[in-house]
Amino acid sequence: MTGKSLFQKIWDDHIVVPETADTPAVLYIDLHLTHEVTSPQAFSVLRSRGLKLRRPDLTLATLDHSTPTVPVASLKDLDIVAEPAAAAQIRLMIENCREYGVELFGFDSDARGIVHVIGPELGITQPGKTIVCGDSHTSTHGAFGTLAFGIGTTEVGHVMASQCLLQRRPKTLAITVDGKIGAGVTAKDIILAIIGRIGVGGGTGHVIEYRGSAIQNLNMEQRMTVCNMSIEGGARAGMIAPDDTTIEYLRNRPKAPKGSAWDAAVARWRRLPSDPDATFDREVTLDANLLTPMVTFGTNPGMVIPIGDPVPTATDASFRKALEYMRVVENKPMLGMPVDVVFIGSCTNSRLSDLREAASVMRGRKVAKSVRMLVVPGSEQVKRAAEAEGLHEVFTAAGAEWREAGCSMCIGMNGDLTASGQLCVSTSNRNFEGRQGIGARTVLASPLTAAASAVAGRIADPRPLIAH
Amino acid sequence: MDKVNLVQSRTLVIPQSDIDTDQIIPARFLTTTTRKGLGKALFADWRYDSAGKPKPDFLLNRPEADGCGILVAGNNFGCGSSREHAPWALLDFGIRAVISTEIADIFRGNSLKNGLVPVIVDKTTHGWLIENPGADVTVDVAACELRLPEGRTVTFPIDGFSRYCLINGVDQLGYLLDHADAITRFEGARSWQP
Repeated sequence: MTGKSLFQKIWDDHIVVPETADTPAVLYIDLHLTHEVTSPQAFSVLRSRGLKLRRPDLTLATLDHSTPTVPVASLKDLDIVAEPAAAAQIRLMIENCREYGVELFGFDSDARGIVHVIGPELGITQPGKTIVCGDSHTSTHGAFGTLAFGIGTTEVGHVMASQCLLQRRPKTLAITVDGKIGAGVTAKDIILAIIGRIGVGGGTGHVIEYRGSAIQNLNMEQRMTVCNMSIEGGARAGMIAPDDTTIEYLRNRPKAPKGSAWDAAVARWRRLPSDPDATFDREVTLDANLLTPMVTFGTNPGMVIPIGDPVPTATDASFRKALEYMRVVENKPMLGMPVDVVFIGSCTNSRLSDLREAASVMRGRKVAKSVRMLVVPGSEQVKRAAEAEGLHEVFTAAGAEWREAGCSMCIGMNGDLTASGQLCVSTSNRNFEGRQGIGARTVLASPLTAAASAVAGRIADPRPLIAH
Repeated sequence: MDKVNLVQSRTLVIPQSDIDTDQIIPARFLTTTTRKGLGKALFADWRYDSAGKPKPDFLLNRPEADGCGILVAGNNFGCGSSREHAPWALLDFGIRAVISTEIADIFRGNSLKNGLVPVIVDKTTHGWLIENPGADVTVDVAACELRLPEGRTVTFPIDGFSRYCLINGVDQLGYLLDHADAITRFEGARSWQP
């Protein structure tokens, strides 16, 4: 018998009813994260059918997606700063959480933030768990060796009512990245290169396990960046085996186990990594030594190139349409294109290490006059930690805006928008048409590349700025 | 969920590949707290100009779109965000089945739970459908068949459980709650507690 993969171990440990040829498995969910945008219709189902929320103790809520990133001290403020529909949605979330006994990290909480930032920060994201959320970037939590994936609102209702989901076992895809990334190359560049390789549909039907020395050498925040964008390669989940780095990150976090429970948990987590003889349905390898900073040039994250490379020649009508939308020219590099907006934030790149990287480039420099730069910490905790180090002063002294935590300009439904036709170098995860505002042109990049581009006023390689 | 077995219709063809759910329904429409009335937001950024007027050359605004219940899209339809508003918007507009060579996982799952039939076909069939917009076709869920004009038929994959739920309009939550005892036993028997 061959060994089991990390995925298989977690899957097997959560089977309430096994799948058959005719029926899917009933899979138990250990943690349900929820936010204001994809939960209202699920709460409505509970209400209309007179159902209880089965495990409020395994459910955690925050306000992030439609929540403004300007300060909101009270709900009265909310009505002033938020669009009426967004304000109503946030109020409904607060009421729903109160009625169903769900712990909400709301405006009165010093731990509010983007759902995929606060789970790990609180230490409730733990190896071996199944974690779901009505958000496709739930794959982020896979960085801890969890099986974590995004679900739709109907399934949000299923988990609320039963703490389970009906699931077919997905296939597995091992992506091995060996070698050492150079200075100025980041976890964001690794995952963009992976998506460039497999394509936006390459992981459909699969769960990815990221492996290899370049992955093991990443810290937890960097691993989260990698797993976060699994969905941009079509995979609902991406995961990394837990190790000492994982365990040290979780030690003493508020919701991590304590005392003897901690020791028992660590012993269990140590058994999770894939067995040496585990097999995968597919395997892909990348050489980290060859990676450079990456930038997208088109309208999906698979349309990505090394920063110095020319934009590829269009191969079909969809490709051509993407180049036209982006106003980029075939066979010319993205490097040097004028930039209007720079956004540092999102569940991909809004954690303390991301802000430190951006600040390392900004320190003593100015945002180019033609550029609006927005720095949005992923959580109130990240914000406080960054302020304690003076990072906010680096950004504001450079001329950037320093905001409250939230999804902000990644999704553009909270007031933070890029205007039509403007080009935004963004540390977020999606360069889809209109994602950051109608007609907005998004170039995905690392915090280092985004910061370097803010200073230059043009798409810029960060490596010369960090070499000294 | 409404029952769906046979969907018989002319096709609407949007040949672009990798159509993501942000295109199907942009995020600014996600501040709604109901499932209803999202058809007007379907493909909003492609469908309306900056003043909110329908763009006459966009397919959904043309007379031939009236009454069409089947959308044929380029490769890899429905990637990106998990928003269930995407199938809600398609259904509200009147689309009952989507056809592509590949359909993204989360969108596919969301569609099946709302009575929107995801139909995955081979490249040749797909190529023919793209080249022949407005073709009269039938999606037969029970038979897992897509019937093309002139008697041509291709099968498409759909697992037995999903097929049963579509044909009978089964709400999967009811099925799940029938396992309440097994869930309670599982919770009690675990070697560790989350």
